[in-house]
Amino acid sequence: MAIIPVTYEHFEEEVLKSDLPVLADFNADWCGPCRMLAPILEQIAEERSDCKVVSINVDDESELAEQFEVSSIPCVVLFKGGKEAARSVGLRPKEALEGLLGEN
Amino acid sequence: MFDIIIIGAGPAGLTAAIYARRAAKSVLVLEATAYGGQIINTPDIENYPVAAHISGFDFATKVYEQAKALGAEIVFEKAVEIEDHGTEKAVITAKNRYIGKALILATGSENRKLGLEKEDSLVGRGVSYCATCDGAFYRGKKVAVVGGGNTALEDALYLADLAESVTLIHRRDSFRGEEGTVARLKEKPNIHFMYNSNVTKLLAEKRLTAIEVTDRNGAVTELAVDGLFIAVGRIPENQNFAALIRLDEAGYIQAGENCHTNLPGIFTAGDNRTKEVRQLVTATADGAVAATEAVKYIAALS
Repeated sequence: MAIIPVTYEHFEEEVLKSDLPVLADFNADWCGPCRMLAPILEQIAEERSDCKVVSINVDDESELAEQFEVSSIPCVVLFKGGKEAARSVGLRPKEALEGLLGEN
Repeated sequence: MFDIIIIGAGPAGLTAAIYARRAAKSVLVLEATAYGGQIINTPDIENYPVAAHISGFDFATKVYEQAKALGAEIVFEKAVEIEDHGTEKAVITAKNRYIGKALILATGSENRKLGLEKEDSLVGRGVSYCATCDGAFYRGKKVAVVGGGNTALEDALYLADLAESVTLIHRRDSFRGEEGTVARLKEKPNIHFMYNSNVTKLLAEKRLTAIEVTDRNGAVTELAVDGLFIAVGRIPENQNFAALIRLDEAGYIQAGENCHTNLPGIFTAGDNRTKEVRQLVTATADGAVAATEAVKYIAALS
């Protein structure tokens, strides 16, 4: 599965009501580490069928960033059953992001 | 099976991927964290031919995209072990075992840190590990250099021509570096020396504003500086290859300009190899050499 770009309008349906756990990548175009994280998340999205990866642009979707108190990016939030279960801030290796899914 | 497996997606590894793909070899690049290597920490590269100004991040992204567009497969897994089975080499990660005809080890090295609080967050905001990279940002300012080897001495010399003043802080009472360089340092009126001393604290608001220096007797001095250049050595990331690959005392892979290691079919490129000049341009040059040698090696197999 590819990474799904998500806006405020589709957030509830794509993320909160998702049957699968969701890794939500809060990012911005101007953020270098976010761009370096993108291919890592793409690989997770392609390899795993037991989760969904979505991308949220914090400049376009400031309501979502505010709602989830994302003040520093890249920030990957794991949502499970409509709730935040864990988060990882900064440029982290793939294992660390997969670890979020494994431990939570 | 891949023709060439490259470990490390920094400038050396990605350049090797570009050359190997242009030679029509199948290429897998394994990267432990994210692409780019340590060049991403450099805000402005001014010494790479043609690109008068480019950020380390932009440079890394362009090389990454170039290698990908040429068909290199880039996988984010850390190589924990390599195996040599003659015409086949294996690279083991936590999840997979990859087989290639040739390997290029381009894992680079990391800066040895002082281990002080805020050291990481102040990189690019007053703390630097590379005087030739970042020195120009400190024209007319006050800087300190910490270390006692050749790199520290050369950094201090280089900075003395740019900065208003340079304080060289060394934990011993004499330098390990070359005497000629020490003599030249002592001729510079704007270099000050603090022997038998360690940097014990970084003081910062948004950027570094001062450092605390403690001498052997426990006397503490606060030194106002705009920049601190840390040159206390580098740690090559070769630990996972040490069982097979010959390293020097400092842990660098013993290899000449042809990038050959002690094992046929295993090559090295970039900062983790023994060399005099560790710069972006020499890393990319190594990538080209190692890939070309690997292609030659594979051709001779059949």
